[in-house]
Amino acid sequence: MQHYNMNLTLKVWRQRNNKVKGHFETFQVKNISSEMSFLEMFDVLNEQLVAEGKDPIAFDHDCREGICGMCSMHINGRSHGPWDQTTTCQLHMREYKDGDTIVVEPWRANAFPVIRDLVVDRSSFDRIIAAGGYVSVNTGNAVDANALPIEKQKADESFAAASCIGCGACVAACPNASAMLFVSAKIAHLALLPQGDPERKVRAVNMVQQMDTEGFGSCTNIGACEAECPKGISLENIARLNREYVGAVFSGSPRG
Amino acid sequence: MNWKNYFTTSIGKKILVGATGLFLILFLVVHCYVNAMIFWCDGGKHFTEAAAFMGGNVAVRILEIGLFLGLGLHIIQGLMLWSQNAARRSVRYEVSAGNKTSKWYSRSMGLLGTLILLFLILHLFHFWAPNRYGQAFDAGWKEEDLYEKMMVVFTPMWVVIVYLLGCFSLAWHLMHGFYSGFQTFGLATNRYKGIIRSVGVAFAILIPLIFASMPVYMHFMANSHP
Repeated sequence: MQHYNMNLTLKVWRQRNNKVKGHFETFQVKNISSEMSFLEMFDVLNEQLVAEGKDPIAFDHDCREGICGMCSMHINGRSHGPWDQTTTCQLHMREYKDGDTIVVEPWRANAFPVIRDLVVDRSSFDRIIAAGGYVSVNTGNAVDANALPIEKQKADESFAAASCIGCGACVAACPNASAMLFVSAKIAHLALLPQGDPERKVRAVNMVQQMDTEGFGSCTNIGACEAECPKGISLENIARLNREYVGAVFSGSPRG
Repeated sequence: MNWKNYFTTSIGKKILVGATGLFLILFLVVHCYVNAMIFWCDGGKHFTEAAAFMGGNVAVRILEIGLFLGLGLHIIQGLMLWSQNAARRSVRYEVSAGNKTSKWYSRSMGLLGTLILLFLILHLFHFWAPNRYGQAFDAGWKEEDLYEKMMVVFTPMWVVIVYLLGCFSLAWHLMHGFYSGFQTFGLATNRYKGIIRSVGVAFAILIPLIFASMPVYMHFMANSHP
């Protein structure tokens, strides 16, 4: 594809902190290359703002190769932009054409308060993990590949669930701001493996309890989370979480 | 955590909505089966016999109490979920993904349910309430002639239109609700979700379509036999 340059209008959410109300500010960016990533386009804008003596726009980013889960941004109504199974850092400007207007908002959920501009506090996810998303005993170094037999199907499903990067796009996309896809991925990842099996019941109870405490909404099986997940985490995991949870509660699980 | 406070958690709440929803789906099948007997074209003979059995049977009367409890729970819990979930995002998005990432009816279950509830109030007022009142006070626990009553109720066109709108709302509610109930119980696994979705779509089209044809049929029957 031939590369080209474009001029864009950006409507970006600005908010000093979570105590004050935010608002949209409109910016013009010029000569953006179609080869740039979306975050590089923001770098250009921020350099322009710094040169003008204005506050740059705060946004989250880290690896910029689609695996860390740090970048966020709700772009023209879509978490991580319009491309399927793509993080914002991997969204490239060839998606847009000269003269486009792009609206960029932070993840919006009460459980993800805005820290500044497009940066939100996702530590609620950390607290859910801390409530049970781990194996308590030290399992030592990785054992020889065939020393611990695991059924192929279970290994594959666990691996698929483990590919969740905890970015929060599921919460951002869900009309209920529910974190069920994230929690279900963590539950499924561990419940399917022998190392995670002994604690599966208490884990399900405690993680769901923490999810509710953090103020996420209830899942109503809408499916926007699955559609927006950059790692393709399936709704099948939510069905599994429901089963795990019912099993844990009605078999008299250890107290949460 | 024990089962007593289970139903107050986010998963417990949706289990309640799902369980009562699947119970109401079973009720729809029975209701549709009995009412479809009007299509025998025998002046309502088969239908009246079936209705008399349903209306005069003690077991069915007891099940009816369960039905109202289930319906009430479904409505209250559903509306509570709707309002609680709406409060989880105080600042709304400027631009929404719309139908690109989800179906409009999946996002509108609260609204569709409310429309069905409004229809249901009218429906109970038309048939259930006068029938039970009549049974208790006038006819010595006998069913009214419901076939005749349908003719009277469905004579004006506006009633037919309201009933068609009720069936329309029901169809979209079921389009999400059928699959969603199975997903909530963890049954929509990769192996079964395809068939659950297909059966759900067929159910959501077929049952409301049969229901919708009833007021239309009775309207024309009433107007052809003045």
